[in-house]
Amino acid sequence: MKLKNWKEVTPGAVITEAGSSVKFKTGSWRSLKPVWIEENCIQCLFCWIYCPDMAVKVKDGKRTEFDYDYCKGCGICALECPGKKGNKAILMVEEEK
Amino acid sequence: MAKAVTLKELSKKELLFAPGHRLCAGCGAPIVVKMVLLASDYHLVAANATGCLEVSSCISDYTAWKIPWIHNAFENAAATLSGVETMYRSLKKQGKIDKEIKFIAFGGDGGTYDIGFQSLSGAMERGHDMLYICYDNGAYMNTGIQRSSATPFGADTTTRPAGSVVPGKTEQRKNLTKIMAAHNIPYVAQASPSHWADLVRKVRKALEITGPKFMNIVTPCNRGWRSRTDDAITLSRLAVDTCYWPLYEIENGVTKITFRPREKKPIADFLKTQGRFKHLFKPENEVLIGKIQESIDREWEKLQKEEACFAS
Repeated sequence: MKLKNWKEVTPGAVITEAGSSVKFKTGSWRSLKPVWIEENCIQCLFCWIYCPDMAVKVKDGKRTEFDYDYCKGCGICALECPGKKGNKAILMVEEEK
Repeated sequence: MAKAVTLKELSKKELLFAPGHRLCAGCGAPIVVKMVLLASDYHLVAANATGCLEVSSCISDYTAWKIPWIHNAFENAAATLSGVETMYRSLKKQGKIDKEIKFIAFGGDGGTYDIGFQSLSGAMERGHDMLYICYDNGAYMNTGIQRSSATPFGADTTTRPAGSVVPGKTEQRKNLTKIMAAHNIPYVAQASPSHWADLVRKVRKALEITGPKFMNIVTPCNRGWRSRTDDAITLSRLAVDTCYWPLYEIENGVTKITFRPREKKPIADFLKTQGRFKHLFKPENEVLIGKIQESIDREWEKLQKEEACFAS
């Protein structure tokens, strides 16, 4: 984004576009990457509610893929994942270059 | 009583806190904010005290908030929001606005326990119809982990570093939830993001009550607590299970414990997960762990007695 000069800045630095932070991708912060293993997923949605970066996409009440544009790779989802019969549905792997 | 909340039902709602905010990986604050905003079915207006949440969620042209949000200064989130709320009531009276709007202020422990305390106390006493949420991570994490009055006894901070002279903070943390209850406001509660259903239920209950409400929510900070990035939820759960952070509410002066751990864990289980308490496990400091356990047992006992006072 181009820096604004002082004449272009809104009075009071008001931002009129709600949720404009989506234009700032934080996925590049990641060093570990969560991988979703669908067959072990019981759709408990704990990963969705506990994700600090809103990077677990849910459609019609069902979990779908990770949003790697924003996932910072903290690993909360993988730790909290109950999995199926002791097999985790989320694993953290090294981020590739 | 309202029917139980399910994640499936919540997941169909729009998230009012957007990704792309610049809080650290594994931060507890966005989890708390997300849950609070998901809990509400009303139009919301929020104010924010200066702190991690404020500086990272609203940087120049990027805001993570999808609701009207105002930041003024460190010390006056409650005062700012009480002004906004008063203006709303006036406009409503004049017939210029007809929406039902609820007001929520967010502050960290620095902006709530210390710097914003007098404005919070004032707003609560004046009876503004607002909910104040304190996300308590136990130090001034934004500026580099300086001790606050919410920092627990024995914690290592940059302004009270543990070493050969002192074993970290040598004072007890202040019990702000109880202080707010002493304001005799209609609703005060303590919650934890690990117990999301309890948290959501409390926020919903608070928003249905007219008048000032206060909620204190434990919010792990992996930078300041010197823990791993993936354990925010695990640590907040441990805080509840050790009774370091009991979950309770005080509604119209009546105390109710909303979650009782099946088995109360020793506080050492919570302390050993965090680097800020590492020094307490040295042989010369182990007596302090006993002291912490004692004070937690005492507080928990007190809370149960308070609850028993009203049980009939």
